[in-house]
Amino acid sequence: MEILFFLFSIVALAGAAGVVALRNPFYCVLSLVVHLIALALLFLLLEAQFVAVAQIVVYAGAVMVLYVFVVAYVGGGDKPAPLWRANAKQRALAIAFGVALFVELCVALLGTGLSSLDGDGAQLGAGYGSPGQIGELLLVRFLLPFELASFLLLVAAVGAVALAGRRPGIDDDDLPVAPRHGLVEFQRSAATGTMAEGVGGYGVTVPMPEPSEAVAAAHADGLPEQSVPAGEGTT
Amino acid sequence: MSVNWYLVVSALIFSIGAVGVLIRRNPLVVLLCLELMLNAGNLALLGFSRTWGDGDGQIFALIVLVVAACEVAIGLGIVVALYRKRLPIDVDELRELHG
Repeated sequence: MEILFFLFSIVALAGAAGVVALRNPFYCVLSLVVHLIALALLFLLLEAQFVAVAQIVVYAGAVMVLYVFVVAYVGGGDKPAPLWRANAKQRALAIAFGVALFVELCVALLGTGLSSLDGDGAQLGAGYGSPGQIGELLLVRFLLPFELASFLLLVAAVGAVALAGRRPGIDDDDLPVAPRHGLVEFQRSAATGTMAEGVGGYGVTVPMPEPSEAVAAAHADGLPEQSVPAGEGTT
Repeated sequence: MSVNWYLVVSALIFSIGAVGVLIRRNPLVVLLCLELMLNAGNLALLGFSRTWGDGDGQIFALIVLVVAACEVAIGLGIVVALYRKRLPIDVDELRELHG
């Protein structure tokens, strides 16, 4: 048990140090994956099976895939910008702050009079940490936080789409404007990520016809096109 | 295995994450270091939960997991929006919100 604890702790700490020290953001993400898996194993040692599995599935799986995609999209490795602060004094100050924080936390932890922290912990019931117990607690005793968490996830998902979605006005100001289509008269910039674009319908490769005067005026003023709801991409 | 050991490891990871937030300039890596700090908090919560022997701390850890996922989604959305506007991906140069 002790050997496992120290093994997993060392791996987790090495992963954490790698996140801070590695220069390439992609390697940072991979280092964090190692850290998260080691941490999930530590959770297992603490008899928290459900949280450990959730950690691996949600964090090391979903969230890290999101990170990898964004790192691949943004790049970050292409320009040799210095990743460390140029100011060495600031950096030394930051590290000193980290050491002080650790010492303070240790004083708080080890100087506490809570004798139960020194032992092996309480006697555990049969289903401690099992999905059954977690589900019962979530749906009976902590129902309100559970619902709030789901609401928070919904808000975050909508917010992320609104922030990252392609929409006219936020980018590609120099791109030509797609022609108007049939009955639905709306204006949008050419590259808005529609399916028609994907199959080469219009946009990047095909030269655009001249935009109408109204659209050209709107673009000259730099106004966002108000008739298009954000994220609207259908024709 | 005393719970104190877990708490010390948690404190170490938290400190490493705090140092990373302070010294890194790429907002993506700053977000990763925030993850480190949240995970250290999770480890401490599970340690305390083990100490008392009831599941409340585990529920707390799960909620922290949810909040961290939301934070990542919003943070990465902001990074992508920055990239779209061709702003520098560097927290030192992004001192103002230009709208």
